[in-house]
Amino acid sequence: MAKYITKRILMIIPIVIFVSFVVYCVMDLVPGDPARTALGDEATEEQLEIYREDHGLNEPIVVRYAHYIGGLLHGDMGKSIYNNEDVWQLYFSKLPYTLLLAVASVILTVITSIPLGILAAVKRNEWVDTGASALSFIGLAMPNFWIGLLLIILFSVHLGWLPSSGAGAGWKSLILPMITCGTGNMAALTRTTRSAMLDVLRQDYLRTARAKGLNEHLVIIRHAFKNAQIPIVTMIGTQCATLVGGALITERVFAWPGIGSYLVDSILKSDYEVVTGFVIMTAVVVSLILLLVDIIYAFMDPRIKAEYARS
Amino acid sequence: MFYDGNVSAERKEEKKQSKYAIDVENLRVRYETSSEVVMAVNGIDLQLKRGVTLGIVGETGAGKTTSMLSLMNLIETPPGVVEADHIYVNGTDVQRLSAAELCRIRGNEIAMIFQDPMTSLNPVMKVGEQISESIMLHGRVSKKDAMERAARMLEIVGISPSRASEYPHQFSGGMRQRVGIAIALACKPEILIADEPTTALDVTIQAQVLKLMKQLKTEYGTSMILITHDLGVVARMCDEVAVMYAGRIVEQGTLKQIFNETLHPYTEGLFNSLPNIHNRVASLKPIPGLMPDPANLPQGCAFAKRCPYAAQACYAEQPARKTYEDGHSVWCTAYRDAEFHIKRKG
Repeated sequence: MAKYITKRILMIIPIVIFVSFVVYCVMDLVPGDPARTALGDEATEEQLEIYREDHGLNEPIVVRYAHYIGGLLHGDMGKSIYNNEDVWQLYFSKLPYTLLLAVASVILTVITSIPLGILAAVKRNEWVDTGASALSFIGLAMPNFWIGLLLIILFSVHLGWLPSSGAGAGWKSLILPMITCGTGNMAALTRTTRSAMLDVLRQDYLRTARAKGLNEHLVIIRHAFKNAQIPIVTMIGTQCATLVGGALITERVFAWPGIGSYLVDSILKSDYEVVTGFVIMTAVVVSLILLLVDIIYAFMDPRIKAEYARS
Repeated sequence: MFYDGNVSAERKEEKKQSKYAIDVENLRVRYETSSEVVMAVNGIDLQLKRGVTLGIVGETGAGKTTSMLSLMNLIETPPGVVEADHIYVNGTDVQRLSAAELCRIRGNEIAMIFQDPMTSLNPVMKVGEQISESIMLHGRVSKKDAMERAARMLEIVGISPSRASEYPHQFSGGMRQRVGIAIALACKPEILIADEPTTALDVTIQAQVLKLMKQLKTEYGTSMILITHDLGVVARMCDEVAVMYAGRIVEQGTLKQIFNETLHPYTEGLFNSLPNIHNRVASLKPIPGLMPDPANLPQGCAFAKRCPYAAQACYAEQPARKTYEDGHSVWCTAYRDAEFHIKRKG
């Protein structure tokens, strides 16, 4: 197991190299002049040229990339060319907001979707199932930004209960963004839970469990749900990974000061140092979350644990 | 080694009054899907005396498993529809029990060993837990005591107790089947239903498992129903035999009666299709044709089309039961003629 985890952690290194290279190239192709961003509209052509020379912007992309990786190896993620802040520090100043939103929305998703999905599978084709399906389709069909706007109109504008933007009002600020990023995830997780449970409900070992005299509640929770967990955890892991990368649209709609909105701003400002750094950090965090999911598998299914031990 | 489950005084009284461990009358089970209705069991009567082993023989799809599952009320409804005049298990009609009462009987008074050991154990639960689960449930004992008993159950079925903390995938097919037996026997049920307990096993393991079951049966006086399509297993294990075909019992009697005084043409066909050890070059004589589609059963005797003795009347009406003085029963229209006998007889 330890060997497996070490191997997986080492695999993050090539991922970081690949991701950083792709981002570096893409940022080079994006229109916009970093020197202009840094110095502002009043800067003369000469000043811009000096800036480019100083920051190595005139070098071929391969050389610049090599410099970047060199810095990265020394723990230097560079500085924002817009306001000269350290990218590493910037990232960690935004991360708590993104994490807060991600965790809150995942908790909301888990506590609503899993019971609903189980219920829908157990009461298959009954009204609970039909209702859950209908809600899921609505949830999946509505785009995030639109849900966000509807919520703002209702709860901020008309009712005035909750703030429409920012993170300044404590838990109240969190509610609308949390629901907004959660809606699609709740719908998806309900569907996943339902289908995973339906797969398991057909299995022979549930009959064995019933034949032992277990009541239906225990059969469903202790025997069926335990076996349905793998696809559910996979889905939750993917959702966490997406959210930790920054819920770009939701953060934007609610002016939530997380990674997502800062990343979008930085792209618009051609702040390639920030963009590259943020994307690399996201890749690392996502890799770690997916690793965590794989480790959780081992605790849920002894067969997977045995497989890890072999590899 | 074992303990008594929690049984109310009322239940004990009911049990005492019942002569039979199992007494089923006119059991019918059908599976209704949107496209067809599968008539799996079409009116069987079955009595299992206490301490007796009854073999139910028949080919795949004859309704053996379905009828046994309905004894424990384990048929999923829908698509299943179970009807019967009564299904008495230890004197209680399981059709009239509430879900909670049913749970008290299952695993405690009547237990079942399932056919496929590869799929009938929960893959993510330690085998010790799977065995102790019903002990805890019916015995109301602590988890620790239950685990100890589970370990002893493993020992009884010939598996090292230290393996109680392992998972099903760490066991071979034969061992898993023995775990299944340990689960079924954990609460010392008075009635045991074994659904082809040896079909999925290779021959050497088969012998071990059968020996084990026989041993446990004599030790605890369990009444047992053994479903199989292996006549060799029947000969070894059973006191009485019921032969099933297309959801009905076609012949029923003692082991000796069925084997030596075969009455039904289908039973004859089963014996004829066995390889002959004395004449190894003789080709097998299978019964021609196939069992009718249970979704589309004929009006008359379901076996008529494959029966070498079939007469006009066989196609028109369902055969009635004919019981001889020695208790040997046959469901065959041909026996209206007192002179009729099949070729194998004698």
